[in-house]
Amino acid sequence: MELDVSLIFKIAAIGILIAVLDQILRRAGREEQAMMTTLAGLVVVMLLVINLVSKLFNTVRTLFQLY
Amino acid sequence: MIALEIFQIVGLAIVAAALSVLLKKQKPEISLFISIATGLMIFFFVVFKLSAVLTLLQDLSKRVNMDFVYLSTILKIIGIAYITTFGAEICRDAGENAIASKVEFAGKILIMLLAIPILMAVLDTILKIIP
Repeated sequence: MELDVSLIFKIAAIGILIAVLDQILRRAGREEQAMMTTLAGLVVVMLLVINLVSKLFNTVRTLFQLY
Repeated sequence: MIALEIFQIVGLAIVAAALSVLLKKQKPEISLFISIATGLMIFFFVVFKLSAVLTLLQDLSKRVNMDFVYLSTILKIIGIAYITTFGAEICRDAGENAIASKVEFAGKILIMLLAIPILMAVLDTILKIIP
């Protein structure tokens, strides 16, 4: 099993992108669109992480015989 | 060359902590997800070594003819405790102390529920010893 760093970099890249877009849109006076960008980024990151959480639950379930 | 994975894990943790701190001021929610993903990555990296220990424990319990119910109950309790701690720590990281303590409360209740058969076995043994 390899230690997978790419997902963490992916999340951080999305975060930095959102932060920059948020600031630009805020400076341009488009508060609603900044909010929507933040929301979209959050949903994308959540979709990335939710798979891992489900994998964690399955692993613990099989390992500790929790059915 | 055993257990040298700790260098990899510490390296990953330092990088992830740096990224998390970088995003904490602008987007705290993304920083929270970075910490969750890091924790899960480290968990998946070491969990396969844990499974070897668990098979050893099951082997031992088979060899000494221990009742299988006890070992599986203990394993279940460890699993529930781990998941509970994981959820509670994430909530606490996000600054939601109230939710974290409720998660821990629920975990304690479920562990107590699982421990009832063991408790009853202990009580039975005591009642058998006392004439």
